[in-house]
Amino acid sequence: MARAAGLAFEHFGSSMNRYSALGLLRGALGGQKHWQPAWRDPEPKANYDVVIIGGGGHGLATAYYLAKVHGIRNVAVLEKSWIGGGNTGRNTTLVRSNYRLAPLHNFFEFGLKMWEHLSDELNYNVMFSPRGAMFLGHSDADMTMLAQRGDALRCDGIDAELLTRDQVAKIEPLIDMSRGARFPIEGAMIQRRGGTARHDAVAWGYARAADALGVDIIQKCEVTGFVRDGDAVVGVETTRGRIGAGRVGICVAGHSGQVAGLVGLKLPIESQTLQAVVTEGVKPMVNSSVMSQSLHCYVSQSDKGGIVMGGDPDNWPSYARRGQTTIVEHAIAQTIAIMPALSRLRMLRTWSGVTDMSFDGAPIIGPTPVRNLFLNGGWCYGGFKATPASGWTYAHTLATGAAHPLNAPFALDRFVRGATIDETGAGPMPNHR
Amino acid sequence: MSDGPSRIAPGGETIKFTFDSVTYRARPGDTLAAALLANGVGLVARSFKYHRPRGIMAAGIEEPNALVTVGEGGRAEANTRATDLFVYEGMIAKSQNAWPSLSLDAGAVFGLAAPALAAGFYYKTFFGPAKRWMRYEWFIRRAAGLGNSPTLPDPDKFAQRAGFCDVLVVGGGPAGIKAALEAAESGAQVMLVEQDAVLGGSLHSDPDPAMDAAWVEASAARIRALGGRILLRTTASGYWDHNFLTLTQRLAEPGAVPVHGFAQALWHLRAGRVVLATGAIERPIPFTNNDRPGVMLSQAVRTYVRRYGVLPGRRVVIAANNDDAYRTAWALIEAGAQVLAILDSRSGSTAAAPAGVPVFYASRPAKVTGTAHRLKRVTALVGVREQSWDADLLAVSGGFVPVVHLHMQAGGKLDWNEAAQAFVPGAIDQDCVTIGAAAEPVAASPAPPVGHPKKSFVDFQNDVSLADIDLAWQEGYRSVEHLKRYTTLGMATDQGKTSNMVALSRLAERGHVSVPQAGLTTFRPPFTPVTMGLLAGAGARNAGAHERRIALYDAHAARAPIWQPLGYWFRPRAYPLGAENLGAETLAQAALREARAVRTCVGLTDVSTLGKFEVTGPDAVALLEFVCATSIAKLATGRGRYTFMLREDGMVFDDGTVWRLSENRYLLTSSSGGADRMASHLSFVRNYLRPDLRVSVVNVQEHHAGIALAGPRASALLSGLIGEVPPRHLSLARAVIVGVPVLLLAASYSGERAFEIYAEATQAQPVWRALAAAAEGAGGAPFGLEAMELLRIEKGHVVVGGEVDGRTTPRDLGLEKMLNKAGGFIGANGLQRPALSEAGRIELVGLEAISGEIAEGAMLIGAGGGAPQGHVTAAARRIIEGGSIALALLADGHARHGEELTASSPTRGISTRVRVVAPHFYDAAGERYRD
Amino acid sequence: MYLIDCPHCGPRAQIEFTYERTADSLAPADADPAEAMRMLYSRANPMGLDDEIWRHTYGCRAWMVLTRNRMNHSIDAVRAVGPEVLL
Repeated sequence: MARAAGLAFEHFGSSMNRYSALGLLRGALGGQKHWQPAWRDPEPKANYDVVIIGGGGHGLATAYYLAKVHGIRNVAVLEKSWIGGGNTGRNTTLVRSNYRLAPLHNFFEFGLKMWEHLSDELNYNVMFSPRGAMFLGHSDADMTMLAQRGDALRCDGIDAELLTRDQVAKIEPLIDMSRGARFPIEGAMIQRRGGTARHDAVAWGYARAADALGVDIIQKCEVTGFVRDGDAVVGVETTRGRIGAGRVGICVAGHSGQVAGLVGLKLPIESQTLQAVVTEGVKPMVNSSVMSQSLHCYVSQSDKGGIVMGGDPDNWPSYARRGQTTIVEHAIAQTIAIMPALSRLRMLRTWSGVTDMSFDGAPIIGPTPVRNLFLNGGWCYGGFKATPASGWTYAHTLATGAAHPLNAPFALDRFVRGATIDETGAGPMPNHR
Repeated sequence: MSDGPSRIAPGGETIKFTFDSVTYRARPGDTLAAALLANGVGLVARSFKYHRPRGIMAAGIEEPNALVTVGEGGRAEANTRATDLFVYEGMIAKSQNAWPSLSLDAGAVFGLAAPALAAGFYYKTFFGPAKRWMRYEWFIRRAAGLGNSPTLPDPDKFAQRAGFCDVLVVGGGPAGIKAALEAAESGAQVMLVEQDAVLGGSLHSDPDPAMDAAWVEASAARIRALGGRILLRTTASGYWDHNFLTLTQRLAEPGAVPVHGFAQALWHLRAGRVVLATGAIERPIPFTNNDRPGVMLSQAVRTYVRRYGVLPGRRVVIAANNDDAYRTAWALIEAGAQVLAILDSRSGSTAAAPAGVPVFYASRPAKVTGTAHRLKRVTALVGVREQSWDADLLAVSGGFVPVVHLHMQAGGKLDWNEAAQAFVPGAIDQDCVTIGAAAEPVAASPAPPVGHPKKSFVDFQNDVSLADIDLAWQEGYRSVEHLKRYTTLGMATDQGKTSNMVALSRLAERGHVSVPQAGLTTFRPPFTPVTMGLLAGAGARNAGAHERRIALYDAHAARAPIWQPLGYWFRPRAYPLGAENLGAETLAQAALREARAVRTCVGLTDVSTLGKFEVTGPDAVALLEFVCATSIAKLATGRGRYTFMLREDGMVFDDGTVWRLSENRYLLTSSSGGADRMASHLSFVRNYLRPDLRVSVVNVQEHHAGIALAGPRASALLSGLIGEVPPRHLSLARAVIVGVPVLLLAASYSGERAFEIYAEATQAQPVWRALAAAAEGAGGAPFGLEAMELLRIEKGHVVVGGEVDGRTTPRDLGLEKMLNKAGGFIGANGLQRPALSEAGRIELVGLEAISGEIAEGAMLIGAGGGAPQGHVTAAARRIIEGGSIALALLADGHARHGEELTASSPTRGISTRVRVVAPHFYDAAGERYRD
Repeated sequence: MYLIDCPHCGPRAQIEFTYERTADSLAPADADPAEAMRMLYSRANPMGLDDEIWRHTYGCRAWMVLTRNRMNHSIDAVRAVGPEVLL
């Protein structure tokens, strides 16, 4: 486990570079002039032991654990734009592990335990705030399904609790608890250790920590092709020249199909647009993360006071990062139905991410049919919360050439083998989920 | 009257309103900002982070400082711009983010700590376990957020409208009016939208004799006469694909009681062509204390003077880098103010200053001082020396930023205009053009700022200063997106309308690159914040879901059942009687009584929501053998059988029965919950996959109402009603009940001899009444979904959504023997995937409790503990004998009959010892189907 | 929201339509099982034009193939499918 591996802070060289309250106070006297760049801006080297394509949270975390846990420090992270600018910076920051199926909840729980110490681990406050992830039940049938899921979690040692109507109302006093509601609230399942984190900080924290261990983070460097030697990949072509690599890890969820396509692979993935919404900031009013699977919406409040909401993806392929207003309007209607007091708040901003919708709703982490080429993608809407576990297991896979037990079920060949991990049971079409 | 700003000509103030509980008067047509200025109110708000005093900086929607909460109760709107709020009688406005008052704000103490609270400070501290961060966070969350959070439901309604036009013109300034007029004259259907309450735009601050008020009025009248439509207080907030736009229209001012109940309207508009005449926003200038009350954008000053007749200051300094600001000097002089100096950062200009107004070239503002309420002194760097003026207003103009938001939302590119130092609209794929000041901004030459970076604010609302931008740069957050996210620049309610270009310029300075090289942020909808209730519309009241009523709704309602939602339908879950309604176990008692009636006598239930499809034609059987995984070909006319359907991946996704009505005519039924999905699937198969087949598939789900009659007395009872012998099990017949033609299908879900009786939906009520009367006369009863669940569990029938959970194959469910040996059906390929026949698949079993009650959904744990090996899909009590039984999916379950396990539900504190058995608890041989 | 030119109804708002799947996800009837599964579980997913199967679900309910650009959402072609096309 992350803690057991003895990850300490010795790698953060000088105390000047350490982040602390004392450092801020010292800075207050000196105009904060002593802070150094959080990461270098190196020129790419000719060769690396491992090249990771994609400087999102997952790629940066992978690089960090490669260096920290596996001692592989000759690593480059290639980012076509700026780090953290893809789905890491375009999600609703939810962190939880309460999936029904064991391969999913075991994986995400491993990650949730890492989240609980991530700020200290990285010496970067990622503001993980376990204010509770609550799934509402709108009928007896819903409550039974939630109980089933909760029981699956509890039997695997993961926290889950069923809440009565009164308990729901106590946590979220603004929820409409009236019996006459179109979708009345019968109760909920809560994972109290779930919550939210500051998404950008996760990318920056991993980048800074990986950089301190010698990882080269190379921004504005787009991969345009792969260098092959027989059945193996031995490097990548980029907009900044050819870079040799012992192993190459694709980590570009949203655009996995594109990058894999450069080496002729077709994936069980469709790229779809997922939108989210934030309101103008107000004083605290939503205390946890509230989700309704019947109503396809979720809502929480950021530290800045904005109410963050999301709903269904635009159910067809797109790379445009431009969604449909009707989808947003529907999600907002659902959310107001649950919490009527939100009506007069104003939607401040919408944004869209391009998500890798995999064909069973679960991620893909593991080897590809091309030797020395590995894939991490297919995160659907669930990638952000996975960041630490994804980095940890992908680093293991890239370092050893084989999957960690936690990501072994998420192999690319599971689809044609018939070993899909279908949380919703909706089958191979992402838009049927 | 105070010595502060005031009306140029007194009088006409007929409207009363309050701000922070003090009553003021306003003129009709005043914005709150204009009215406050007229009343000498300088301090209007406190900033987000440091609680710095803020006044009014702008006159339009770009205002970053003057945010108020207007209205009361569920109608209150927080964070409303005082510049975008027209005063009405009785309006109640309050300041935000200040305690105990705006003047004595305790939060101002944060300003003292500002040196330690630089950009991104929170990333560098508050370490420790997550629980400890939550303690810090508690304070941070309460300090953050501007307005108070609402607690009450919204009393108002919001309208949603659809619109179409040939040409949409966004912006009712001179360019927009001319474009709309021109399009209308050419015969186009025109819509002109303007976010202000009046047309005219810049004409209010810069009158043009050729386009006076009469011209504006005549143009508007002409546009309307030609069939055009003009919407005021309407903002084009989103520009989407294929020239689709969302417009938000204010029908009442924020906080006001709407006359017709509707506060706003949302337009979904499709335009043939879009003309953007959205104008430009003036850029502020960074210098020390540039956020103070009394520092105002130059064009805003002109607007207050000329449109509202308000003089925001009497001793004025103007600081600019362009010619436009000289017009402000003229406006001020006309109104009787004193213009102390024009500070022009350029080395010279041909613009004319009014007589007696000194112009200082190569001069930049360095600092202002004053109280929380008003400005006292302006200091500038004139050439290389400092010079100061005692002034109560500093009008600033740092150039102009075209409003390109909608162009960019629509996917348009931007070009760099060197003369104006601004981005202007470039290429765009949609049929859209930008005109006026948004396309051709005034030339300007932004100069490097000279104030103290820490006190030179860029994003006023979030208190982001030049020093914060510098720190972000120093720490490597150099991409504009990193900068925004690290410093929170542009993230406040104004979304960076006044700050973006200032920040980009600073980035460019630091990186020694041009502004376009420094980067560009993407604008996304909405242009200005949009009320959520408006976007939700009527959907907020029913969660966007409709309710569908079954044909027999009235017959059920008369019995006051417990209803259960099933998709969009509602069906009776049970029909409690008398005393059953009083106890805590109403549902369980009623369901058990109803199920006993079926087992011992007769019951009837409504099955109208089942999916029903008529498949007709010479190739009907070919289609059915493609869709169904069981063989259909050998089904004789007049006979039926159980069938199930697979997805392409081999998983069971629905089940039902198939009946051969005649030679080439079949009826296929499927589950209620999956009926819509099945309809879509069949349509896809028929039209896309097999267009070659000579077959028609008609969805008759709602055409026929269905009643199931089940129990040992069912056959006799039905015989009495139809006057003939009912069909034997899995056969069909046509008959007449109380004069209504019916189709009888002898099929059983309950495990008893049973019939599904279908009548045309509009004629079903008398059939139900006749059957119910006969059944009740015989000692039977109607039964609901809960009793049906008890019956089917005991019988061991799988249900879609239960055992058929989208992850189970026919083999997992014990249906493998029924598969069509000939193959060729959808899913046959998927079933051949190797992992589906490997050990460890979860398989359908029955469970009997050794003691206690089995909890539905519980996990199955082995004797030695460990991870769950399966779960309980459905639990029930034996209907006659009692005792807890269940169906379950268990790893390798087919081979584990007789094994003992624990059904564990930690969330409900239930743990039950169970024995694995075959999933048939009742009449496994099917003898009760015979008469 | 798109404007989709239904071959039967003319231009209609996209909320009336549903996307089903890409045309390349369906194996020919005579494909062997492994090939059919490979096609079901792989997509070109191009950053540009692709052929997609849509349905005018809340309109005439007919099926059609859209050639649609996933970068800018332009629709280059709409082709009717179904038995009537074979007539």
